[in-house]
Amino acid sequence: MKLLEYQAKRQFARVGIEVPAGRLARTPDEAAAAARELGRVAVKAQVPIGGRGKAGGIAVVSSPEEAHREAARILAMEIRGYPVRSVWCEAGLEIAHELYLGITLDRDRRRLALILSAAGGMEIEEVAATSPERIAKLWPDPFAGPRPFEVRELAFSALALAPALTEARGRLASALVPLAQTLYRLAVDLDAVTCEINPLALTADGRLIAADGKLEVDENAEYRHRELAAELALDLEGEDGRTGEDPYEAEAKRRGLTYVHLPGGSIGCIGNGAGLAMNTLDLVQQVGGRPNNFLDIGGGANAEKVRSSLAMILSDPDVRGVFINIFGGITRGDEVARGIVQARDELGITLPLVVRMTGTNEEEGRRILAEAGIVPGTSAPEAARKIVELVGGAR
Amino acid sequence: MAILVDASTRVLVQGITGREGSFHTQQMQAYGTQVVAGVVPGRGGGETLGVPIFDTVAEAVARTGADTAFTIVPPAFAADAVMEAAAAGLRLGICVTEGIPVLDMVRATAFVAGSPMRLIGPNCPGVMTPGQAKIGFIPNHVGRPGRVGVVARSGTLTYEVIQGLSESGYGETTAVGIGGDPVLGSTFVDILPLFAGDPATEAVVLVGEIGGSDEERAAEWIRSSGFDRPVIAFISGRTAPPGKRMGHAGAIISGTTGSAQGKIDALSAAGAAVADTIEDVVRLVGERLTP
Repeated sequence: MKLLEYQAKRQFARVGIEVPAGRLARTPDEAAAAARELGRVAVKAQVPIGGRGKAGGIAVVSSPEEAHREAARILAMEIRGYPVRSVWCEAGLEIAHELYLGITLDRDRRRLALILSAAGGMEIEEVAATSPERIAKLWPDPFAGPRPFEVRELAFSALALAPALTEARGRLASALVPLAQTLYRLAVDLDAVTCEINPLALTADGRLIAADGKLEVDENAEYRHRELAAELALDLEGEDGRTGEDPYEAEAKRRGLTYVHLPGGSIGCIGNGAGLAMNTLDLVQQVGGRPNNFLDIGGGANAEKVRSSLAMILSDPDVRGVFINIFGGITRGDEVARGIVQARDELGITLPLVVRMTGTNEEEGRRILAEAGIVPGTSAPEAARKIVELVGGAR
Repeated sequence: MAILVDASTRVLVQGITGREGSFHTQQMQAYGTQVVAGVVPGRGGGETLGVPIFDTVAEAVARTGADTAFTIVPPAFAADAVMEAAAAGLRLGICVTEGIPVLDMVRATAFVAGSPMRLIGPNCPGVMTPGQAKIGFIPNHVGRPGRVGVVARSGTLTYEVIQGLSESGYGETTAVGIGGDPVLGSTFVDILPLFAGDPATEAVVLVGEIGGSDEERAAEWIRSSGFDRPVIAFISGRTAPPGKRMGHAGAIISGTTGSAQGKIDALSAAGAAVADTIEDVVRLVGERLTP
């Protein structure tokens, strides 16, 4: 769950991290009012995706009239598929230097990493790729959080390569200690896998201000942050209910299915288990077909789940055939086969259906499928070839 | 020979009275696994499936000599259950729960690191030493005692590999499902050395998938340790689009990290044979085993 910029900043402000003065506007009138109150402001599109500046989703305005005009333009935009529902109107800053301070999950270390760089303003991945020496990292003890001396070490190492900050380094390091500790605590409290201030603005008068914010909450922990999730959903859906998400993926979410859409593909894919389901797509592609989706039907694969999955996949008119790849483990193949036949009949599916089934009671399962006119297979690559052939070539 | 679990392993089940917990306990018992205790806070003194229930892991260990925990409790309580098992001094913990908040696992793995316990999982299918014991979800009928070690991130794909190896007569020493989460108790580099120390394991099948860099680290380990057994690798997710979570919480390509091709290249460069299909895995194993 990726929060919008203004939501991230609201979280920063709540814990005492300084952010620029700003107002949320959902209409051009509200944006004009914000400019009247704050003076020169940046009008920024609120979308859960990067690259909005390049797309024209940010404008600096110096009058309420201009704010009205720019807000009207931006609010009518769609940035990489995401409709802009609101703009954040923010007072400008006198920035002396841009830093980066962020927290991210480090899978290899099994910890959160606290990252500081004097090269703020750029994507941190870009800095990491071009000048990794400009990034300093710390992996705080998960129970204690970052200790003051650790943050100071981090600060001195990151600031060493920024001559402009040499003189101020002592004062900066001291200021970064509580800031880093607060940000770390916030990340932990919100179950954030990314919690980033970029740029962290050092102002001419020596204050550290979060000029932009990125916060992503772990999906597995959403149950602990329902209010945030509800607020976000409300923000992304306009009156037309569109969220900017792929509409098929949004529908799959409503159905409770683990599904990823690959727009333009012609072969619907179902597998049980994430690894097997991913491999199902790989197999289709290997033999020259184009998979339309990833769908992990999970353990049981009962008739109801199969029915819902097939209905989901077939809602995309690009799909011209479906490949179901099942390993019968504890679930018996004959049960799965009956579920597939029942689902097919209930939905009145006439498109080609190839089912590759192996595992417990596979012969019985294949007999049931064959009798019902569904192509059964034992070898996954062969079954993939079969569906590609039936759908009529690759593209 | 075997790694991690064998006929002498004494298992306690955290969450034994749950629907899944009870079902899989019966499956494990049917396989011959010694299930010696169940732990359900507040239900100590009871009994289920012929197994005594205790309120705490510590008590279960003291009374039954359990040495391994099978953790199958809901996600909100799982990390705490793992830490309880580690604190009680168990040798091995296997947690199958899917959906645990990742920062819970950051804390739990740090806690486990300060204990004698080795953790497998979470979000994993468990461990099977054919003919001796299995802990977790791996279907009872797929395994057959034999010569190949299996270590894998995914579940069903692991079952397929095991079944393929069994049907072709090679069989398995031990199969370990390490799990599909981003933060795991054990990764490939934790399990491969165990196979290196097991003379019965003549080859290892490594089943990886997109996301993270565990496969790249495994490749580095294979190279630097001079691992002398053939490694046959299989990576799923070649068609996965970047930035999308493919079923497993950990199966996501982020930026330049985690692509299937990067993993395939790293493993090939380390001398592993990388298979395109499961059928290929079995064939490549056959070619590399001495008759």
